Amino acid sequence: MTKTYELGGVAAPPMVNGELVFDAPWQGRAFGIARGLAERGVYAWDDFRAELIEQIGAFDRGVETSGLDSNVPTPHFHYYDHFLRALETLLVARGVLASGELVERVHAFEDRPEGHDHIHSHEHDHHHHHDH
Amino acid sequence: MTEERNPAAIRAEAIESLLIEKGLMTAADVDDVVERYNERIGPLNGARVVARAWRDPAFKQALLDDGTAAIAPYEFEGGQTEKLVVVENTPRVHNVVVCTLCSCYPWAMLGLPPRWYKDPAYRSRIVREPRRVLAEFGVQLEPDVEVRVWDSSAEVRYLVLPQAPDDVAVLPEDELIARVTRDAMIGVERFV
Repeated sequence: MTKTYELGGVAAPPMVNGELVFDAPWQGRAFGIARGLAERGVYAWDDFRAELIEQIGAFDRGVETSGLDSNVPTPHFHYYDHFLRALETLLVARGVLASGELVERVHAFEDRPEGHDHIHSHEHDHHHHHDH
Repeated sequence: MTEERNPAAIRAEAIESLLIEKGLMTAADVDDVVERYNERIGPLNGARVVARAWRDPAFKQALLDDGTAAIAPYEFEGGQTEKLVVVENTPRVHNVVVCTLCSCYPWAMLGLPPRWYKDPAYRSRIVREPRRVLAEFGVQLEPDVEVRVWDSSAEVRYLVLPQAPDDVAVLPEDELIARVTRDAMIGVERFV
């Protein structure tokens, strides 16, 4: 197993060399689901990767990159939106989820009142904002 | 926008809730993956390997000959290193890594990739005009330095072995490890 290594007495997390891994909690959930299902053998990671390439490729084909700076995010490119779309597409294609039930569940969640009680126990660490 | 009103956040939550109901995974399983990648799998693993290669010529040779076999004893978590190829920077050669199609990356060595690695601009431009992109990252290469661009795939993940600093023999190992940045192991930083 990997151990935690101490650098100069301070535990150095992996992100010591860079930015945070996820910009928003949902991105971590999406990654955790996609990777977790592959680890459980629901699909092979390469199958997910192929779907991700499809999703990202569709964006790439519509964007001209020659005038862009590598240090500035490409406008309208949101990696985890493509990642999530790839996950949905693969799960529906494999019959793991029915597209109808997914649409229904999304609507049900959209209709929740602001600051609702979350359904899952893992949501306890979310901060709810009521100040708007 | 609060997290709970973000359409993508809602879709991710909807998918997770359905998968949990179907018994395919639990919320704790998802937590476990996220925690692993947030806290245990990251560039510190790669930095340890690089620092050792700088000090230990036999290990360095083994790493360049067969990266996958050389790092096997470390038992790093993370996957995506089924075949790890380590490419060495020298005074005359600079290596840089990309995944032109998506975001393939040696997770076990570096964690998950940074934003710019996944960006269309980096993925296309580093192939077309590597010197210019490297300059944007602050790497100014002399004209006689050859640039090699390595395109990661499902089969092969690349890691750059940066040049050792001049004081490699006298630095304590902790400090040596701290010198090895994630960006240097991708090849968008060069400190020698």
